[in-house]
Amino acid sequence: MGLLAFSMTGNSQTRTIMRPIKGGTLIPLYGLDSGKVWVDDFLLDEFAVTNEQYLDFVKKYPEWKRANAKSIFADGNYLSEWQSDLQLGSHMNPKAPITNVSWFAAKAYCACQDKRLPSVDEWELAARASETKANAENDSSFNTRIIESYETPNTYSKTVGSTYKNFWGIYDMHGLVWEWTSDFNSVLISGESRQDGEADRNLFCAGAAISASNLRDYAAFMRYAFRGSIKANYNIKNLGFRCAKSK
Amino acid sequence: MKTSHLKNILSLVFLICLFACQTQVNSSEQYICPMKCEDHKTYDHPGTCPVCKMDLVKVSSLEAPILDEDGISEESIFNLQSEWKTQDNETIHLTDLRGKVLVVVMIYTSCEAACPRLVADMRNIYSKVDNPAVDYVLVSIDPEKDTPEKLKAYAKEEHLEGDQWILLQGKLDDVREFSNVLSMKYKKISPIDFSHTNIISVFDKNGVLQHQQEGLGVSNDKLVQEVKALIEE
Repeated sequence: MGLLAFSMTGNSQTRTIMRPIKGGTLIPLYGLDSGKVWVDDFLLDEFAVTNEQYLDFVKKYPEWKRANAKSIFADGNYLSEWQSDLQLGSHMNPKAPITNVSWFAAKAYCACQDKRLPSVDEWELAARASETKANAENDSSFNTRIIESYETPNTYSKTVGSTYKNFWGIYDMHGLVWEWTSDFNSVLISGESRQDGEADRNLFCAGAAISASNLRDYAAFMRYAFRGSIKANYNIKNLGFRCAKSK
Repeated sequence: MKTSHLKNILSLVFLICLFACQTQVNSSEQYICPMKCEDHKTYDHPGTCPVCKMDLVKVSSLEAPILDEDGISEESIFNLQSEWKTQDNETIHLTDLRGKVLVVVMIYTSCEAACPRLVADMRNIYSKVDNPAVDYVLVSIDPEKDTPEKLKAYAKEEHLEGDQWILLQGKLDDVREFSNVLSMKYKKISPIDFSHTNIISVFDKNGVLQHQQEGLGVSNDKLVQEVKALIEE
């Protein structure tokens, strides 16, 4: 039985295709003096990294086995649903996104593929595309769908590619899992930084969400608040990742 | 209700018995699943865990803090492999700082608001602790601008001179990783400015985080006390 499961989940990894994303200006939810950032062209994985792909990674890099991962890099929930070091949980879908991985683990995974995690700005730029538009942030039905997807439970066990394919050919930017970004800890939540006091209030007072002019801000608010609330060695059931690369 | 109480007490008694028995048979090793699949169930012979099939390990091996072959704890910053340049343009790894208590802050030299106060705080801690067994480490969050030369000039300007002051430039990625170890947050908000949380962190001689002081203008008495205690360890 064990052997069968092993061969079924092993060797089946297909290398994830990367899609080019055209750079552009982005107005992040908050945090910049000038209000706009420029994002360069970059490449992004079309799918989130899956359970079986991560299993292959762990086989190749035993330092990332559950038993070996150091607590400074991953807390006790790392791969907590797995049956053992080299076996997914029996209830787990091999083609669902890997979750319960820390930022350090995600970073190491991407580095081993000669890739990296996308930055917050890159991720947001790719995620604002709907099926037909590169920038759908003012499309209210698209935004409504995003918010509805945030309210749907247990989407982490769905197969990657099962939601929608966006303008750039990227799947599931909303609707499966939250995703790690390289600089997720650039969202400041503690208020003692004097320069940033205003932005913090804007981000964390509920007023910011209420006064937000549209649904786009509401959905973005949820993402930024989530990023601001996590630490790099956390492993969360609905938080996965995909990799990026500079052009 | 009552029965559940009784159950609790019974299981407690059972647990105490279990542990008591363990100490009695101390001479022969007990074995346990490393993943604790069956909680605290132990075996008196080696084997595999019936749940996860992993090899059972000695109970005694789980009690001691887990150290790798170099004796570095899992929680130590010495697990980070990153390479850094000091203000004297020497290349170092964090493990090179092993054996000293470390007081660490992340700043950038062109910062005009919070950093001078953080650095003043570091100087203040330095003079209060007044002990050569401590290193004071300033890590730049703006490594593109803060070259070793610039850090050297900054150290001079800010009177951070002597062997105990270490200013570090790293790669962008490694700086981000280091900030995550400190749970410190920062963002570049313009070509010359960063917003950042103000945290001074204390590490013991083995690189394990022991204390953090957050905020500007807070009393550093507790931190100083902590540093002094760690020197004695």
